[in-house]
Amino acid sequence: MEAFAALLDRLILTPSRNAKLTLIADYFRATPDPDRGWALAALTGELDIPAVKPAMLRALVAERIDGILFAYSYDYVGDLAETIALVWEEDARSPGNGTSRGTPSQPSPLRGEGFSAGVSDVFVADTGPPSLPEGGRAGEGARRTASGASHPADLRGPRRNTPSLSAIVETLLIASRSDGPRLVASFLDALDPSGRWALLKLVTGGLRIGVSSRLAKQALADFGGKEIIEIEELWHGLKPPYVAFFAWLEGRAEKPVSAARAPFRPVMLAQPLDEPELKLIQPEIYAAEWKWDGIRVQAVSDQGVRRLYTRTGEDIGDAFPDVLDALDIEGAIDGELLVGRLEGEAINAGTFSELQQRLNRKTVSGKLVISHPAFIRAYDCLMDGAEDVRALPFRARRNRLERLVATSLARRIDLSPLVAYETAEDLMARRIAPPAPIIEGLMLKRWDSVYEPGRPKGPWFKWKRDPYTVDAVLMYAQRGHGKRSSFYSDYTFGVWKAGDGGDELVPVGKAYFGFTDDELAEIDRFVRRNTVNRFGPVREVTHDGDTGLVFEVAFEGLNRSSRHKSGVAMRFPRISRLRWDKPPREADRIEMLEALLATSD
Amino acid sequence: MIRPEDLLVPTADGLWCPLGGFHIDPVRPVERALITHGHADHARPGHAAVMATRETLLIMAARYGENFAGHEQVATLGEVMRIGEVSVSFHPAGHVLGSAQIAVEAKGMRIVVSGDYKRRRDPTCLGFEPVPCDVFITEATFGLPVFRHPDDGIEIHKLLASLKAFPERAHLVGAYALGKAQRLIKRLREEGYDAPIHIHGALEKLCTLYQEEGIDLGPLEAATIEAGRKSSGRTDFAGAVVIGPPSAFADRWARRFPDPVSCFASGWMTIRQRAKQRGVELPLIISDHCDWDELTDTIAEIGPGEVWVTHGREEALVRWCTLAGIRARPLHMVGYEDEAE
Repeated sequence: MEAFAALLDRLILTPSRNAKLTLIADYFRATPDPDRGWALAALTGELDIPAVKPAMLRALVAERIDGILFAYSYDYVGDLAETIALVWEEDARSPGNGTSRGTPSQPSPLRGEGFSAGVSDVFVADTGPPSLPEGGRAGEGARRTASGASHPADLRGPRRNTPSLSAIVETLLIASRSDGPRLVASFLDALDPSGRWALLKLVTGGLRIGVSSRLAKQALADFGGKEIIEIEELWHGLKPPYVAFFAWLEGRAEKPVSAARAPFRPVMLAQPLDEPELKLIQPEIYAAEWKWDGIRVQAVSDQGVRRLYTRTGEDIGDAFPDVLDALDIEGAIDGELLVGRLEGEAINAGTFSELQQRLNRKTVSGKLVISHPAFIRAYDCLMDGAEDVRALPFRARRNRLERLVATSLARRIDLSPLVAYETAEDLMARRIAPPAPIIEGLMLKRWDSVYEPGRPKGPWFKWKRDPYTVDAVLMYAQRGHGKRSSFYSDYTFGVWKAGDGGDELVPVGKAYFGFTDDELAEIDRFVRRNTVNRFGPVREVTHDGDTGLVFEVAFEGLNRSSRHKSGVAMRFPRISRLRWDKPPREADRIEMLEALLATSD
Repeated sequence: MIRPEDLLVPTADGLWCPLGGFHIDPVRPVERALITHGHADHARPGHAAVMATRETLLIMAARYGENFAGHEQVATLGEVMRIGEVSVSFHPAGHVLGSAQIAVEAKGMRIVVSGDYKRRRDPTCLGFEPVPCDVFITEATFGLPVFRHPDDGIEIHKLLASLKAFPERAHLVGAYALGKAQRLIKRLREEGYDAPIHIHGALEKLCTLYQEEGIDLGPLEAATIEAGRKSSGRTDFAGAVVIGPPSAFADRWARRFPDPVSCFASGWMTIRQRAKQRGVELPLIISDHCDWDELTDTIAEIGPGEVWVTHGREEALVRWCTLAGIRARPLHMVGYEDEAE
């Protein structure tokens, strides 16, 4: 458990992606089966321990420590799992808790090694009589001091007998709800604070340590010297603790055969189109279709098993039961997930904000399914029935797709229409004025392109419409991470809005890239010289009508937001230009953004 | 016997002893000051007369110049001195080089002002000595049961392991300029790290002072850009340990180190969110203050009739004393920076 706890400890504090990958791959290298497999399950969110729920943790800690001391501690730390991990006293002789603990540590029923009921005896010095004045409790004061007043730390070296990650996970997985709390308490007793914190994170689900499932898979690819595509393709057929899978990554065994129905197939992505490539675009070579601004998905229906994946292979079927219900085809299609409504024969796509209501949910309410129905606008066909058609040219796959979609009766799948054109100039004109606001540009696909995972150069291009821009005023700056930790590189900017006392700036977004290193140095200098206020790591920068720094901010779209004072939230904002020439009073007003919002609704 | 409140009185200037006519660790210039240790919030310049250990006087002179006080008097550890109507003695506190507790006694009442103290081994200063007393005045910088500092060997090895894992990156360690920095360097040396350690200019005088006091810190080099270029053929301090005061890390000074691992040696690093907020990548829980167990164990060991709690998380430690049946009260002293470490 120590190695896993140390890994989480480092990951939560490591901002750099590459450093995270190194840490995870090193862990897989140094950790035996099945521990590393359970760790992988935890990192990828595949671990669910039903016997333990967060609410019982408070009850557990209340048995161990004075309520007022716990309240002071929680107030100071601000995080329940971390507070419990830190205040937990394995020997239960906690301050203000005169009663002794009821349950002794329990050995793991699954594994004999490394964890015994007497584990705490190792750490507690057997001491002489207490030196407390009247009213003192035996043992408390003398616990460490009697063994050497000047070196109380000697007893706090690394623990010798801590339960392994797999012992903990395997025990808790088969535990009943009524045994769960007792087992967690005994594990907490056997672990150090870092281990306790890791355990509490593990059992309450959701590590929230800044590692996505995709990042974990990239680390696996690095570790095994494989392509991430290969790992994504296998992933959904695998079960923790992934022993055979690790054997393959280490070159000790054959590649595991994915037995799972409806597996994920790695996705083909497009390169952005640069101006010089425009001359390649001719109707007999490239098909054109709209680029819809939803969520790219892969929908698979395989002999009764239906799954909905994101383009990174994350299964989001639970959040879209309506889409799964309507997946009455046999095969695998690539498409865009959108929210929309039937209008006669056609499905009318809603906005990205409507789709957002349905994203990032583990489950979805029936009400939301009715108010925000989702559908798939199909781009491509990967499997036609049981036949893998990825090696066919796009023209043939498109035919297959049209036939497949036509068999669907549920009316939740439609075709992404092709856009007819004669010349690249035609397309340019259409790109500027798309027929629906949810279109973010054009896709150009070679008629003869096979479906090739990754982002090959040439067969597919995306040709996005130009981003929106707004001139906004820098209001607050915060230091960045990693290489930028000594630079103010995260900026909050605002636009003008009429207030009670005249015009005022309201924040509309935050951006931390888009500028060059030289520009960063210039902005940093400006921030340091024009700070008017500090709030922890944040500096407030001069921003009135005459003095301040104006940014041209590029962004992809706007959503309504109740969380922001301005009522809008930008998608993918970045600094596109520094407008040293522009006085802040000439920056844009909120009305400009509101008008944009109105057109996209 | 007199009441303890008549022997030492908390005032806006600091603890005042009317019978002896002196202040302890006053926060403003006074006629006569007794000083526990050299940290800036306890040892301030401008007093007419100062009594402290020899090392503390040296530290004050290094920080404030030779004329930091009108008159200096060395306090020898363990020696009882008479000041006015009270006797005073200094005893090791284990906090930093020269740190002392001050015992004040008159008419059968003894109060021990511990200043800042710790109970762990520290190769750069003398260990804490418990002094029996009627009233024990304790700090409570880490006076919450969430603070249980690990052994500093574990933390030093975390740093060594990281140096091994990221040999291409400089390791920037934030450490308080007096005490923490030197302890960290000394502990690295004890664990076998013998490469030159680069230090920020703010640490230079104090490191030299420690070395002159016989604490061998090994080869130290200034963390200048020139030093970075020549460091063993590589550039940019790759794989080097660089120690500086925490404030310097937010500064342009830190820019000479590309993509550094930012470390911070402090008891506060127990709390992950604090480390994260500060942008610390490798927190090192190394403290020159007592943790919760040491605070409560020390009180239990000394067994005073009454405990006064000064700076830090006073209310929690007072609560613990109450539960343990020990009379306790917070002093609510101002002017001591509990976050300075």
